[in-house]
Amino acid sequence: MYQGVIMSGFGGQGIISAGILLAYTGLTEGKHVTFFPAYGAEMRGGTANCSVVISSEEIASPVVAFPDTLIVMNEPSLTKFEPSIRKGGLLLINSSLVSGKSKRDDLNIHYIRANEFAEKLGTIKIANMVMIGAYSRITGAISIEGLRKSLKKVFPRARQDILDMDLEALKKGMETV
Amino acid sequence: MGEKLLMKGNEALAEGAVRAGCRFFSGYPITPQNEVPEYLSWRLPEVGGTFIQAESEVAAINMLYGASACGARVMTSSSGPGISLKQEGISYISGANLPIFYANVMRGGPGLGNIAPAQGDYYQSTRGGGHGDYRVIVLAPNSVSEMGNFPKRCYDLAEKYRMASMVLADGLLGQMMEPIEFDFEPVDPAKLPPKEWALGNAEGRERRIIRSYDLKPGYLEKMTLKLLEKYNKIEEQEVKYEAVQTEDAEILLVAYGTSSRISKEALMLGRKEGIKVGLLRPITLWPFPTKILGELSGRIKKILTVEMSLGQLIDDVKLAVEGKSRVYLHGRPSGGIPTGEEVLEIIKNICSE
Repeated sequence: MYQGVIMSGFGGQGIISAGILLAYTGLTEGKHVTFFPAYGAEMRGGTANCSVVISSEEIASPVVAFPDTLIVMNEPSLTKFEPSIRKGGLLLINSSLVSGKSKRDDLNIHYIRANEFAEKLGTIKIANMVMIGAYSRITGAISIEGLRKSLKKVFPRARQDILDMDLEALKKGMETV
Repeated sequence: MGEKLLMKGNEALAEGAVRAGCRFFSGYPITPQNEVPEYLSWRLPEVGGTFIQAESEVAAINMLYGASACGARVMTSSSGPGISLKQEGISYISGANLPIFYANVMRGGPGLGNIAPAQGDYYQSTRGGGHGDYRVIVLAPNSVSEMGNFPKRCYDLAEKYRMASMVLADGLLGQMMEPIEFDFEPVDPAKLPPKEWALGNAEGRERRIIRSYDLKPGYLEKMTLKLLEKYNKIEEQEVKYEAVQTEDAEILLVAYGTSSRISKEALMLGRKEGIKVGLLRPITLWPFPTKILGELSGRIKKILTVEMSLGQLIDDVKLAVEGKSRVYLHGRPSGGIPTGEEVLEIIKNICSE
């Protein structure tokens, strides 16, 4: 089992947090993991992306040039990374913010209204969790139970009610795909 | 030891240094190594250590000079441009035979450059870097685990030989997260054997002097030849490398740090297609694994160095190979990161020649 994932969106959408949650959950479930953020000039409203590898074998390179899965949280990210997804790969699109459709016909594509779901649950800040929930269900690379346990570890300073909302968002993401 | 943690490379480096007994850090911020001072700014006070954000890199390295002369386990870290500024002090420290540990988390250069991962400071690190005849022991990690565990090795080597020892990493190793397990028990610096040369608390003992020079005619040459004795011993005894599938290899990749991870991917992809690729990863860049490369080059006729620089590592490879193999270069400078697929293409081109 090998999953090279790129998640991309605006700074402030929780791209980096979601990536760390993925990697940490993989680690707790006995997988090899790497996480690499785009770093430096990123800021709220700018672009942010990260690469996560989850694998049952030792990971040689942490560089994800051709992702197996692309999670797109905004329009520019789709344009930027869509061409690089491996044939037969998975493309998850936050259709609340991405109006365009994918140009690829060789992918497994899901359009998820992540912002709307998140807002209904209480805050758009958890749109990232909706996407991670969907990812978990489709690929099985990490489990919902693993994600639930990891929340407290990855966000040690978050209030319990926020963590509860995160879990609801993860579940919502699972249900939609 | 024990628990597997998910850590950022820079934080692993900082935590590793503290566990290895570091109790004094002075530095100045620069991306992509800022998590090192950020982490140490709260972590060192926890263990009774001292963290100083200096007014400049030059001040930082000279504080290190003083603290090391007093026998402390000291550290500084920076990225290329900051390390350039510290070279004057590192040269003085080398002349004065003092043990220090420092890290360079490389970014793209030359000049101000950019903050992307790069390996353009290979010459600077392996050739001393500052003025005069001196060497620095250079360890090149290629994982977060090694980022955390190499500071201990650096302190051990630095104190064994009384000289500077460094970790040469890059922005990718600094910024990425991976599981890490520390492979050593935390060191209590108070329990280390006393340093017979260290300054301070002079009452009741003979005066000690630490300096980087001797002005009596002919004496400096003697001092520097003493350095050579030590360097020769290190070249004999302290070389470390990792050899991957070299036994039957028909083409050998040579790469360190991040480039070695990418090369390993290329190796795995190549092997799947039946291409006999091997990999030699120098772990010590100085002392360089000259002997093993010399041996391998007797049998493997094609060698490809993969580096995130214009062709610096390749010089050491050619010196080791002494013309016995053809040596090729794939160099991506100033923030270019090669991919496994890209390296595999080059391997195929070379093999079909």
